[in-house]
Amino acid sequence: MANPNGVGASVRRREDPRFLTGRGNYTDDFKRPNMTHMVHVRSPYAHALVKGIDASAALAAPGVVAVLTGADMEADKVGSLPCGWQIHSKDGSPMKEPGHFPLARGRVRYVGDAVAVVIAETKDQARDAAELVMVDYEELPAVAASTRAATPEAPQVHDEAPGNVCYDWHLGDKAAVDSAFAQAAHVAKIDLVNNRLVPNAMEPRAALGEYDPSSGEHTLTTTSQNPHVIRLLMGAFVLGIPEHKLRVVAPDVGGGFGSKIFHYGEEAVVTWAAKKIGRPVKWTADRSESFLTDAHGRDHVSHAELAMDKDGHFLGLRVATLANLGAYLSTFAPSIPTYLYATLLAGQYKTPAIYAEVKAVFTNTAPVDAYRGAGRPEACYLIERLVDIAAGVAGLDRVEIRRRNFVPASAMPYQTPVALQYDSGDFAKNLDIALPLVDYDGFAARKAASKAKGKLRGIGFSTYIEACGIAPSNVAGALGARAGLYESAEVRFHPTGSVTVFTGSHSHGQGHETTFAQLVSQRFGVPIENVEIVHGDTAKIPFGMGTYGSRSLAVGGSAIVKAMDKVERKAKKIAAHMLEAAETDIEVKEGRFTVAGTDKSLGIGDIALQAYVPHNFPLDELEPGLDEQAFYDPKNFTYPNGCHVCEVEIDPDTGVTQVVAFSAVDDFGNVINPLIVEGQVHGGIVQGIGQALLENCVYDDESGQLLTGSYMDYCMPRADDVPSFTVRYHEDQPCTHNPLGVKGCGEAGTIGASAAVMNAVVDALGDFGVTHLDMPATPEKIWRVIQDATPAMAAE
Amino acid sequence: MPCTVTMTVNGKTVSREVEERTLLVTFLREHVGLTGTHVGCDTSQCGACVVHVDGRSVKSCATLALQVDGATVTTIEGLAAADGALHPMQAAFREHHGLQCGFCTPGMVMSAVDLVNSNPSLSEQDIREGLEGNICRCTGYHNIVKAVQAGAEAMNADQAAKIAAE
Repeated sequence: MANPNGVGASVRRREDPRFLTGRGNYTDDFKRPNMTHMVHVRSPYAHALVKGIDASAALAAPGVVAVLTGADMEADKVGSLPCGWQIHSKDGSPMKEPGHFPLARGRVRYVGDAVAVVIAETKDQARDAAELVMVDYEELPAVAASTRAATPEAPQVHDEAPGNVCYDWHLGDKAAVDSAFAQAAHVAKIDLVNNRLVPNAMEPRAALGEYDPSSGEHTLTTTSQNPHVIRLLMGAFVLGIPEHKLRVVAPDVGGGFGSKIFHYGEEAVVTWAAKKIGRPVKWTADRSESFLTDAHGRDHVSHAELAMDKDGHFLGLRVATLANLGAYLSTFAPSIPTYLYATLLAGQYKTPAIYAEVKAVFTNTAPVDAYRGAGRPEACYLIERLVDIAAGVAGLDRVEIRRRNFVPASAMPYQTPVALQYDSGDFAKNLDIALPLVDYDGFAARKAASKAKGKLRGIGFSTYIEACGIAPSNVAGALGARAGLYESAEVRFHPTGSVTVFTGSHSHGQGHETTFAQLVSQRFGVPIENVEIVHGDTAKIPFGMGTYGSRSLAVGGSAIVKAMDKVERKAKKIAAHMLEAAETDIEVKEGRFTVAGTDKSLGIGDIALQAYVPHNFPLDELEPGLDEQAFYDPKNFTYPNGCHVCEVEIDPDTGVTQVVAFSAVDDFGNVINPLIVEGQVHGGIVQGIGQALLENCVYDDESGQLLTGSYMDYCMPRADDVPSFTVRYHEDQPCTHNPLGVKGCGEAGTIGASAAVMNAVVDALGDFGVTHLDMPATPEKIWRVIQDATPAMAAE
Repeated sequence: MPCTVTMTVNGKTVSREVEERTLLVTFLREHVGLTGTHVGCDTSQCGACVVHVDGRSVKSCATLALQVDGATVTTIEGLAAADGALHPMQAAFREHHGLQCGFCTPGMVMSAVDLVNSNPSLSEQDIREGLEGNICRCTGYHNIVKAVQAGAEAMNADQAAKIAAE
């Protein structure tokens, strides 16, 4: 009988009871004795010199404990927020890395850039006093758009980055691509924008700093996806605190989507201030503050061309992308439009030659960094839009052109021309499952029915692949990463047979407290309620890199498997001793250790007890205890892939697009908990639909003011903006290089969805001569396209 | 200026001296110590702050504490039974994986309960429109809708059983 709480079961989540009854512990929920509240003074200008700060009125205000500035931090030798990935330009020179200070030192470079903090007894007192801080700004010209920032006349954001260029990078074989284009029978071209987005996790960022003068230990409680990374970066590079004196705790975190990976200035300020004033300091962002200062996502402007032979086979792809990094380098920013983007430009296709150029520029906007998918949505969107256009150019059906160019399953493992080697995948199979699932054959009739009602119907595909489960440390290091990307796990059996797993992964919605426990329950037959997963506290867990890049099961889960392997090896030796048999005669199955061919057996619980009460134990060969640690460094990225299909109906009178159906067929390798996997896909799809139809982070280019600064102007997807979904996955292509055979699923929905939606929208507008439309395809945009085309049609 | 605000929260009378500008959500979180109700935005759109005031859902970030002086307030902490048994809507959210990070969940559940109380026979479209004031970034709403449908069914069954017993 299968373990109802084992691998493959839709186990209901163990973290839910506290969330459902209001007993979650999010950072803003914490109170400490003598705690103070911190509010920032932030620049209202996109670019300005800070000539002086007069805090006298603020200091005199009720309840104010301190007003601190960048000058105070500089005097205490506080460093710059470090960047964790170094990119080199085409000419071999390293990227420009200007200083990035937790509180500005003399100059501010985006609206919201932190200038000072007010610390007071209550939050209201801090807010009131912050309005009394007088800052003397000298406004400077600003630039928000990457296209203008890249022109010679643009204002310079950083003196050390001439032309606002951070780096000018490339990947691939230019000569091979040029040669492919020279022989091409058809060439498809596209100019597109991947619009800037605000991640908008529902919990605003927060940080609580504490200092214990007796032990000299600092504690930072923060809304982070990776507490150890924060501890390392902040301790070593910013505040000069030895790691063994710095504890970072990421408690319950209300969503991250990448925006909570980075080491933000506020974390350093509360940690530093807590010691300085001798009291705990708490900061919680307002939503408008989050809009201004959370790292934004995407913001690419690209031109791409695809060369084909006369039968529509892809011969070569060339891409030029301008990436906006914002005013400062966020922790992983340089890697997103390079190694997490260009390396995915082969997509699911066997295009033999690819060349990509990426120029990254600074602008007077919030820093840009990873947001769900981080580079891979940008790559997928570009490829899948271009392939649709290529179908038109080559005179082929959009499904057929994909089939014709898929890497076949028989070609795996497949070395792409852009560094990555796909381990497994059957792309044609995903499509074969999708087509009948969405009743593709019936689409023409549905389109006609819509037309009869005066509506425009379209269907769009996105056959995506992505690289996640980051990453092999030596590969990442060779590409510029300044960190390892392994994961850690400790599996500790207790004397009475219950288990605690300490994991370097962090759960901020992914359900690891359930899925990781399923791994242990499956392997050792321990009832799942006796397995506890501990994460998020650097004082409790071995060094881990945290959760992002869909890596938790692939890397974190594999570390748990390795630790369980060590436990099992030791348990086998103990069992052999207890059962007076040779180790080679012990058979192990789901936590039972049996002498082969007999009914002499022990459960793991018996063995655990013996390990801690070693009275019948091989003490001359083995140490007591049953507690093993492992670190797992992945051998390759993992490559989830799939086929997303979107069907839309557009009302030409209003331009409103309704997503009438969205189906996802995915290959995630082995699936541990189907319920949780489907939930990840649903959430990712809606973020992709959001980018395609609703969301847009807009700055006024001249003033650098953020125009979409709240939920009133930034259109978040709501329940009535999207339908229910059809989600299928198959497990026929397990990952070939990790012990669980898992590929990860956290970002795939977001990676595939936008292209499927936009391909459907363009399909629906086909009668109006539309071959491309930039995201978001708002009602106004669509309505105008139809209006502009209609006189021409009327004339026909 | 401080004033004294008194209300019943989850069955207990609470009385606090607060500044007049104190929001109900701040009153609950900071002054009463019930941190289950969350603040997710500053334009009263996200719904993470929804509580029940005199039986109807209200955005506590857009309400002053003194506005509900004398009222009966129920927060997420007060939804389960005294013996800890989950409210059928809470149980439905768990069964159907209607939450991931949990931050929008208290407001979502409180809104859902009020939605069902107002209309026991909700269609999928009614649910989606009814939850327009509750933003979730994690779930994509698919399982929330399923949870609310199941929660409604269970609440209706409980209600029917109660009526039958009377």
